[in-house]
Amino acid sequence: MDLGPARAPSPTIPVTLTVNGRRQQLELAPFVTLLDLLRGDLALTGTKKGCDHGQCGACTVLVNGVRINSCLKFAVSLDGAEITTIEGLGTPDNLHPLQKAFVEHDAYQCGYCTPGQICSAAGLLSEGHAHSREEIRELMSGNLCRCGAYTNIADAIEEVMAADSETTVREAAE
Amino acid sequence: MRQFSYLRPTGISDAVAALAAEPTAQLLAGGTNLVDLMKYDVAQPSAVIDINGLPLKEIETLEDGAYRIGALTTNSQVAYDAGIARDVPLLSSAILAGASPQLRNAATSGGNLSQRTRCYYFYDPSTPCNKREPGSGCSAIGGVNRIHAILGASDACIATHPSDMCVALAALNATVEVTGPTGARTIPFLDFHRLPGDHPERDNTLQTGEIVTGIRVEGGRFAAHHSYLKLRDRLSYAFALVSVAAALDLDGDTILDARVALGGVAHKPWRDPLAEAELSGQPATRDTFEAFASRLLSGAKGQGHNDFKIPMAKKAIVRALMQAASGRPQVQSEKRVREGESL
Repeated sequence: MDLGPARAPSPTIPVTLTVNGRRQQLELAPFVTLLDLLRGDLALTGTKKGCDHGQCGACTVLVNGVRINSCLKFAVSLDGAEITTIEGLGTPDNLHPLQKAFVEHDAYQCGYCTPGQICSAAGLLSEGHAHSREEIRELMSGNLCRCGAYTNIADAIEEVMAADSETTVREAAE
Repeated sequence: MRQFSYLRPTGISDAVAALAAEPTAQLLAGGTNLVDLMKYDVAQPSAVIDINGLPLKEIETLEDGAYRIGALTTNSQVAYDAGIARDVPLLSSAILAGASPQLRNAATSGGNLSQRTRCYYFYDPSTPCNKREPGSGCSAIGGVNRIHAILGASDACIATHPSDMCVALAALNATVEVTGPTGARTIPFLDFHRLPGDHPERDNTLQTGEIVTGIRVEGGRFAAHHSYLKLRDRLSYAFALVSVAAALDLDGDTILDARVALGGVAHKPWRDPLAEAELSGQPATRDTFEAFASRLLSGAKGQGHNDFKIPMAKKAIVRALMQAASGRPQVQSEKRVREGESL
């Protein structure tokens, strides 16, 4: 590949991010993606690199509560943001309801897409636009599962969504 | 990825000045296309101007019932905006037909307009491509061209514009607001993107240093009779092979005004305003729509692998117009053919 004349290395940029509740002051080269920052410097390897081009959803994390593909974000463009990864959703002793439901419904085979699926499902639930199984399937279409666990993934999300709405109804009644 | 310098202007005039001063710089908004193109070494900006700090994130309702959509609104923000969903449902529907929720959460309105083609040769720097490297040739002509243009192509380029949102904006006669070194101006949507001609490296009519600041779109008029129908290789999260944005203004069964824009078939959203004008006064029937579809596609030319798009587009135009006329627009989460709906 012809890379043309050499360009001077990019100076680093100061960036503050809060990752899973922990405030981090970082000095980053501008080409570092959020995905590479998480998996590299921050050693949070739960977030997976699948395609690295926004086509598979394995790298999905929550930025200020909103799900995005971390492979397509330069970390320097997120100064001040709050990032939640799979490590920040639950712990082995205290699973997030989605993590529990994925286990109970066997919503994976190899597990590589699972952190992205769960972060994406967490985003889907907080967005509140899915009200049926068809809408769950459509609004989870940004997460591919090459093992083909889609049926069980939809089951797991449907169960948590139903439990959430029951809680909401109960709280409203109280 | 190549080295680049990183700038973060906080005002529109600073951003315009930075872009005008360094024509090899590129603007960064949601990044969903630019970061990808940089990873493939297709985009090689000397500087990245991060405009996420600019005050362009609002959706405003204007006095005449129109909407002004800031360039940095996200696709999700626009699609789910209560006013847009009620008054400009064709736009909401088209946005929700595109990409994935994660991408729509990051991608912006201005970025959507400025995204590059998904031609596989454009994405592969080891192959000739007039859009990526002017004068190098077109690998898609005579190559693998299943996803390519059937309308408005040139000997230099047969790429298509990949947006869904832009197809709806074209149908709705939106206008694009831009600011450049000499001030602000508006561009009618149909004049924003261009056909490839001899300069396929130019996707749009923006001048050096100009930044898209917003999009203005009228509300209400086509809310009752519209449909965005997108046909692709899988049910979701794929670019259109053919898409149709149809909008009708009806008096009973008589067409007062009709707008039809096609996606996935040309270098820009494809419309034929003269053919649309002839629909005025005609009954909103299948016969009317079939004749219109034939006329809209009269200049269509296949490249070999994409010949199927011509009959597919014809059926899609008729179906989208039937959906619009009946007030039953295509639903983007449930794509099976509904009872009582014929292909």
